[in-house]
Amino acid sequence: MSEDYRSMWTDLGLDPEAHDTLLGVLGKAYGDIYLSQKDRPAGMGYFDFVMSEVHGLRIRELLNEKEAGRKIIGSYCVFVPEEIVLAANATLVGLCSGADFAMEEVEKLLPRNTCALIKSSFGFKLGKVCPYLEISDMIVGENTCDGKKKAYESLNRMVKNLYVMDLPQVKSPQGRALLKTEYDRFRSAAEKLTGFPVTAESLKESIRMVNAKRAAVHRLSSLRKADPAPISGLDALLANQVFFYDNPTRFTESVNKICDELKKRIEEKKGVFPEKTPRILLSGCPQAVPNWKLPFIVENSGAVIVGEESCVGERGTRNLTDESGKTVEEMMEAIVDRYYRVDCAIFTPNPERLEHIQEMVAAYKADGVIHYGLQFCQPYLMESMPVEKALEEKNIPCLRIETDYSMEDVGQIKTRVEAFIEQIRG
Amino acid sequence: MKFAGIDIGSRTIELVVVDETGDIVLSVQADTGFDPMAEARRLINGVSYDRIMATGYGRNLFEISFDTPTVTEIKAHARGARAFFPEAPAVLDIGGQDSKAIAMFANGKVKKFEMNDRCAAGTGKFLEIMAKTLGFRIEDFGREALHAQKELNISSMCTVFAESEVTSLIARGESPREIARGLHASVIRRAVGMINRVSSEGDIVFTGGVAKNPCMRFLLEEKLGRKVLCPDDPQLIGALGAALLALEIL
Repeated sequence: MSEDYRSMWTDLGLDPEAHDTLLGVLGKAYGDIYLSQKDRPAGMGYFDFVMSEVHGLRIRELLNEKEAGRKIIGSYCVFVPEEIVLAANATLVGLCSGADFAMEEVEKLLPRNTCALIKSSFGFKLGKVCPYLEISDMIVGENTCDGKKKAYESLNRMVKNLYVMDLPQVKSPQGRALLKTEYDRFRSAAEKLTGFPVTAESLKESIRMVNAKRAAVHRLSSLRKADPAPISGLDALLANQVFFYDNPTRFTESVNKICDELKKRIEEKKGVFPEKTPRILLSGCPQAVPNWKLPFIVENSGAVIVGEESCVGERGTRNLTDESGKTVEEMMEAIVDRYYRVDCAIFTPNPERLEHIQEMVAAYKADGVIHYGLQFCQPYLMESMPVEKALEEKNIPCLRIETDYSMEDVGQIKTRVEAFIEQIRG
Repeated sequence: MKFAGIDIGSRTIELVVVDETGDIVLSVQADTGFDPMAEARRLINGVSYDRIMATGYGRNLFEISFDTPTVTEIKAHARGARAFFPEAPAVLDIGGQDSKAIAMFANGKVKKFEMNDRCAAGTGKFLEIMAKTLGFRIEDFGREALHAQKELNISSMCTVFAESEVTSLIARGESPREIARGLHASVIRRAVGMINRVSSEGDIVFTGGVAKNPCMRFLLEEKLGRKVLCPDDPQLIGALGAALLALEIL
């Protein structure tokens, strides 16, 4: 990358050497995992470009937005409503949390038995390697799991602009009321940050923009029902990951372009894997860039991933926001309705998630489910056992994998995944 | 025609050759050592077969070096166990560095499996290190433990922690035999948990090098409360399964 970016990174307060190391690892992983795939859709070239410029051109764009008076809001969770952010004339970006970094420093602040995702978010801050974090005018934390909500108390001492959103843990009228109160409070905070009041007009436009982005991803998901699969699970996951970083309108166009291409592939019965390749639904914890470990193992062991029941996937993008509201209040209610349906494992009880897993198995004609749990992620690991039991009662094979971002267990996981695929093949 | 199966494990490599009817015509074994592919090459050198299938943790390396099909240890053990005990619905395999419980459908296909992750807890390697700590030869370890008067409770499953627990028990004056018994029991408790998660009833076929240990066989049957079946040479079962799968490939 050019020197131009180098001064930009230094100005943002990144550690040049550590950042070079990160980009080196990321570039190599991307080459080994993504570029080595066969028969990728040509439209994936866009995502290759996005990934090659993920800390470069995209950051430059965001800096330009900032110069033009827009604010950047960073988030760690799909419960932070992008509609409200955009309507307040700000841009929402997902913050980095998919790789181990500066672990010795992290473990001075967090217990060792904290999940890799939380540790990673601290590592990117302490290692000074995440430009998105440094560029953000506001960082939104959210009270989801215990690990995250307590970690934000420590993060608050490391960043100057942390905003913590409370979230309900029970789906009840009181729970919904809390979400509404918190979204109203967040709207005021965003307005205060940007100096732009959220109007009926701006909110309507932002709901449309985010819905269009989600609809494009829904279309992509729907095309993955075909056998042979027209796109790899790795590539579809990448689209779901870039969902959190990219300019929304450009993202929507690019995904739709890939969908047009996939539609043709399906008509020609072309796929990235042969017909009748065992089909896997991944379900569980989110997979943030560059956490491609499990999908890489699965798709290099003779199976294809046809869906992600995950925050970086269908749990995050399911359901559009109702666009018919006329007043800000009506549209705020519609936004609350939409997010209130997210079936995150922090809710108790959370029966909708199991229903959705089964719906997805049927819709994508999955032969089995691999439950992906991050070590020490209590909510998803707790749910993995009843999920496995319920699926097996319906004769849907299920494999529970519990892992982190390290590579030391790749051999073990590969054996288990291969055995699971043999089991599916019968 | 002859069909071979090679099981490249973390501690040993086994090669089994079967004829068209599935009868074993040859079986050999070697230590894995530091260069598994050189050992594997030495084992197959001069052995004639028409098709070979690789299994074990070294299977992918073997696949690259010899361009052969592979199968996981799980499927290989399920198939190999069935050759001796076609009615048994489950297999427990404890090898050098991993352990697995496998449940099968009536037709022998794998229904569900569990595998230990990451470390050597509850495996042959664990027993080997503990035998050394207590001054037993690995061949005598099980027999000595079997003759213990009582069973001490060992709580650590981690090899490193268990070693210090053992050291403190020795310092307390406990007898090595009884400590050995406690160590065997702790491995079995873990294995029983794994079996119960995949299979709730019926006989269990016990395979892998650890199945040669009489105390492990005794305790498994006692603590599981189900009949434990053990083939004559339990260490060969993975390679035998691979050979039979090579035979059945088409």
